[in-house]
Amino acid sequence: MWAILSVLVENRPGVLFKITHLFRSRNFNIDSISVGITDNPNYSRMTITSYGDEKQIEQIVKQLDKMIDTVEVKQLDEHKTVFRELCIFKLKLSNANDSMEVNKLANAYGAKVHDVKKDSLMVELTSTPDQIKAFEELAKPFGIIDVARTGVTALQRSGA
Amino acid sequence: MESMTGAKALMTAMEKEGVKEVFGLPGGANLPMYDEFSRCDIRHILVRHEQSASHMADGFGRVSRKPGVCFATSGPGATNILTGIATAQADSSPMIAVTGQVPVAMIGKDAFQESDIIGMTNPVVKYAFQPRTPGEVPEVVKKGFYIAETGRPGPVLIDIPKDVQQNEASMEFPDEFNIQGYHPWTDPDIVACEKAIEMLLNSEKPIILAGGGTIISSAFAELQSLAETLMLPVVTTFKGKGAFPENHPLSLGPIGMHGHAEANKMMAEADCVLAIGTRFSDRSVGTFEAFEKQLKIIHMDVDPAEIGKNQTTSLAVVGDVRTSLRIMVKLLLQKAIKKTEESVWLKHVKETKDYWRENLKLHPGEMGAAKILRKLREILPKESVITTEVGQHQMWASLFYDVIQPGTFFSSTGLGTMGWGFPASIGAKVARPDVPVVDIAGDGSFSMTENSLATAVLEDIPVIVFVLNNSTLGMVAQWQRTFYDRRMVGVDQGGCPDYVKLAESYGAQGIRAQSMDELDRAIKSAISSDVATVIDIPIDPEEDVLPFVAPGTSLSDMILPS
Repeated sequence: MWAILSVLVENRPGVLFKITHLFRSRNFNIDSISVGITDNPNYSRMTITSYGDEKQIEQIVKQLDKMIDTVEVKQLDEHKTVFRELCIFKLKLSNANDSMEVNKLANAYGAKVHDVKKDSLMVELTSTPDQIKAFEELAKPFGIIDVARTGVTALQRSGA
Repeated sequence: MESMTGAKALMTAMEKEGVKEVFGLPGGANLPMYDEFSRCDIRHILVRHEQSASHMADGFGRVSRKPGVCFATSGPGATNILTGIATAQADSSPMIAVTGQVPVAMIGKDAFQESDIIGMTNPVVKYAFQPRTPGEVPEVVKKGFYIAETGRPGPVLIDIPKDVQQNEASMEFPDEFNIQGYHPWTDPDIVACEKAIEMLLNSEKPIILAGGGTIISSAFAELQSLAETLMLPVVTTFKGKGAFPENHPLSLGPIGMHGHAEANKMMAEADCVLAIGTRFSDRSVGTFEAFEKQLKIIHMDVDPAEIGKNQTTSLAVVGDVRTSLRIMVKLLLQKAIKKTEESVWLKHVKETKDYWRENLKLHPGEMGAAKILRKLREILPKESVITTEVGQHQMWASLFYDVIQPGTFFSSTGLGTMGWGFPASIGAKVARPDVPVVDIAGDGSFSMTENSLATAVLEDIPVIVFVLNNSTLGMVAQWQRTFYDRRMVGVDQGGCPDYVKLAESYGAQGIRAQSMDELDRAIKSAISSDVATVIDIPIDPEEDVLPFVAPGTSLSDMILPS
């Protein structure tokens, strides 16, 4: 199963290292990780996505919780969570009407277009990993030169 | 508020924590701390290798249940204690390791004797601090001791850059502090305790499996009371050895790769187990699949992350095991439940125990391991503290040395660190100078830290090293005999060194015992000796440790003496 973990940590040097080291030494997988400071500068929030069976995910949560630098560890329910990822694609423009086609596709996904050149352009898409994958499939025929993704960040919906 | 250096603040804060002894070795980057020993009451115990200092602190911590403290300098001094820290972590032993570090401005410059010890120790410490200003030192020490000794104990590293030791700041020694993400104790789960009782009462073949956590939380009286009230047979893990008096009629001794035959048999037959403070290590339970067959498992542990880590359980009782056991005993008292009649199961257990105690074939020679260890048991007072090295002798100690007073047997069980037992015995003796302390050793393992004889002699710490000497890395040799068709590679110790002469060269007493009479005299002489004693006992290099559960098999598939 795919799990989204929201980990509130003390904002101190070395904490990211300890978290990633825990995944390595316990033989867990990190699918994506994103980190940012919270409104309270004493804390950072890490959003980690991981694959594993139910037992493994439960162990990851427990091991993270056991860490002294973690203040709160939650496994988020996808259906009760707003989760997004920012992705930037650099696409090839080969034919005259590619630019128009890419713009249409970007519009359909609510993406923004940047850095339009004669033979390439960039598309900035903020969406769920599924939607990003779907976009990627449709963008492939144009030719993907490069991709950069932030990894998922997430917050639980109010009242959830 | 008083102005003082970081080094002085460290010593002051440690004195406030009740530290009386530090095991260590000085070097360039911890000299300011060492200078403070000249003007404070803390005793410094000098070692000849930092690894031994960490094992001494570990031994001290296990026996006193207060963190033992070791000091090492930066770079190689720090890396030398890495094994000791990992050993303490694997066995949940409270320890404070204080290392010197290069000055703050030099960190990351590959300076002389710089090592990133924070990075290197990360997976094997409970927590690590590196104060960057002297003013942080008092709180770091306070928090460090609190983290090391509460909840599931473990080692804490305090890495102090040299300028932080040298520079002055106005110091505040806080009594209170807040560690937001650390919750060492959870409230006892009374509902789970009640369910546990129900499960035990409703099963036909219940058993208690006491792990190391039982010893760490000193739950001896509670365990005995529960076992006696419900007439439950008790097996232990190797780390839990001696959590329950091994001369008690309900005791079956340790299970595991080299567990007692009766303990392994009964564990494999049980239908419900109360597992107390254990992680279900592979060495204890064999393959998990075999272990969980038809077995309901109640898992009691202070560490919530242990629940379900290695073993799926039917019921979890999270919390300090002593508190949980006390609740169970109280509930039974309230319900006036006390079993007096022997169940069919208990009769079967006792018959099995009697059978194996009489019929397990032992080495026929006069100096067989069982005879040697039973002789030691016979002479030593029951309150004596035992440490062991790692290898065949360790498993023979598990099989043939009965622990009568709970909490007097310690071994490197998790990491299996050869060379642990001797320095650990020195730390144990510092914590308990009033009782005999014996390191049950093998020659291979003792060799690794034998230079701690200098510490034992010069610091006047008269421990006993009891060497079962087969001049072989015996456990490896046994595996080569069993699994590698007797192709013996890299195990012969060539009779080197002569341990009597070695002991004497350090100013210790050295005695060779080649018969039971000589052994008897040697043990008695060692107990009454004012200096450390090494008893060298030549044994048959072909003697195997049996029973033997081969790795990856089930507890019921034991290799037995033929």
